[in-house]
Amino acid sequence: MRILAMDTSNQSMSVAVTENGVTLAEQLTNVKRNHSIQLMPTVERVIKDAGLTIDDIDRVVVAKGPGSYTGVRIAVTVAKTLAWTKSIELVGVSSLKVLAGNTPQDDNLLIVPIMDARRGNIYTGLYQFVNGTLEQLETDQHISAELWANRLSARKETIMIVGVDAVKHQEVFEEKLQDKVRILPTFQQLPRASVLAWIGAQAVPEEIHPFVPEYTKLTEAEEKWKEANPDDKGGSLVEKY
Amino acid sequence: MKRILAIETSCDETSAAVIEEGNRQLSNVVASQIKSHQRFGGVVPEVASRHHVEQMTIVMEEALKEAETTYEELDAIAVTEGPGLVGALLIGVNAAKAVAYAHNLPLIPVNHIIGHIYANQLVQPLAFPLLSLVVSGGHTELVYMEEPGKYEIIGETRDDAAGEAYDKVGRILGVPYPGGKHIDEMAHKGNDTFHFPRAMIKEDNNDFSFSGLKSSFINTVHNAEQKGEVLDKNDLAASFQAAVIEVLVTKTMRCAKEKQVKQLVLAGGVAANSGLRAALKEAVEMTPTIELVVPPLSLCGDNAAMIGAAAFVEAVENKQIDLTLNAQPGLSL
Repeated sequence: MRILAMDTSNQSMSVAVTENGVTLAEQLTNVKRNHSIQLMPTVERVIKDAGLTIDDIDRVVVAKGPGSYTGVRIAVTVAKTLAWTKSIELVGVSSLKVLAGNTPQDDNLLIVPIMDARRGNIYTGLYQFVNGTLEQLETDQHISAELWANRLSARKETIMIVGVDAVKHQEVFEEKLQDKVRILPTFQQLPRASVLAWIGAQAVPEEIHPFVPEYTKLTEAEEKWKEANPDDKGGSLVEKY
Repeated sequence: MKRILAIETSCDETSAAVIEEGNRQLSNVVASQIKSHQRFGGVVPEVASRHHVEQMTIVMEEALKEAETTYEELDAIAVTEGPGLVGALLIGVNAAKAVAYAHNLPLIPVNHIIGHIYANQLVQPLAFPLLSLVVSGGHTELVYMEEPGKYEIIGETRDDAAGEAYDKVGRILGVPYPGGKHIDEMAHKGNDTFHFPRAMIKEDNNDFSFSGLKSSFINTVHNAEQKGEVLDKNDLAASFQAAVIEVLVTKTMRCAKEKQVKQLVLAGGVAANSGLRAALKEAVEMTPTIELVVPPLSLCGDNAAMIGAAAFVEAVENKQIDLTLNAQPGLSL
């Protein structure tokens, strides 16, 4: 199986092409550039570098969030559209799980991927390698770093915090978890599309049309609306004509 | 260049269309988010972007199916690059780039305003020189076109767009967003009894201003409330609409005569306003040298058919671009 994988959830961007688990080409950039400008040309280049064309790709795997709303939407839109227009498989993988996949495969480690969500909040989750497979122990969530560290303090295992933003919250975690906390070396903190492709290879393909990012958070306007209108049943908000 | 798949996502409508030869609409699918944004009394950009991701591939699929068109039969992909909400534009732009790349098709970026003008090309051929009055929630502009592909803004609003004023007044009158349609209906049942100011109507330029009118409207309503008076809402709507239309029609006609244009082309969401359509028709009847072109109601609001129509002109102008295309939220003509 040939996979095209892409992640633009945060500042960095990564695109890879793999064939039966082997990386043929991968591009990772971590300079402030515009994903909307760069993603498609990068996809084109990485596929070409792999010696393939889009017609050779069997599956598109995308990091579906959480992360920057706009960033996540760019890769999701490109991945979803490519999968739909070429009638190939689509798989979405948690952007936090992609980060967790950077950790060494040690079954005794608890893995806590971290993305900064401002005002002391983080997007995070809880992962663990079980016999070489990366398992999700708790759903991804938007939560205060302090509260999350507190919750983890009941755990006995060593906790590996992962992600470029992990260092921003390292102190909070060390305060609550003391010497149980480890942090990955800087060069392993960026999400990589080859890791994404590896995780996505094991997943069941999604239905393409209903596929949307995992924001883990309603928009502020919708939160306020829900508060004011607890009985609103929702229903169709978009009408076609 | 024969057949184009066009995409539009600049605000709260996700749309895809297939257009042939720049003037034949094979399909025009629009997924409107109005019901969603009604909850908030106006368009919330992040909510709009989220809906676009939900709808984009569905809308493209329906547009191709309805047009009975395969990718092999397409000659290009066109997409609105701006102006509009950046997050919303990004969805259309990136979807367009993905389809263009996947099928090795040229990519044509289109200016949303030019799209509104060229919506009329789907009704009848445009004749030059022409003057277009572009009126919507985000725009109030007089665009002069000496020939195809040449655009000059010779008049514009100095504050609120006409449609924006309608939305704000609609909120005060308690009608659902977007207010324009409801105010238009109410206006027909009322009379211009309040005589709101006709801003800049006598000034020797082609510009507009609607914020003074909006303030005057708000003051009238508030003063009455404080005195415990109940004002007739239909009369309020009729008075507001009369003020907007008189200024738009007077200044547009003056400009059209000065420029000796062949056609006067109405464009944009507010082009659906029946009061404005009727007033322009009446004004043009007295000036037989000018032909009035008014889009059908289905092409007034945002839609991809108009983007496809404009793309043919842009293609002639050689506006083709590579995969680095980006959204241009503040794009001007």
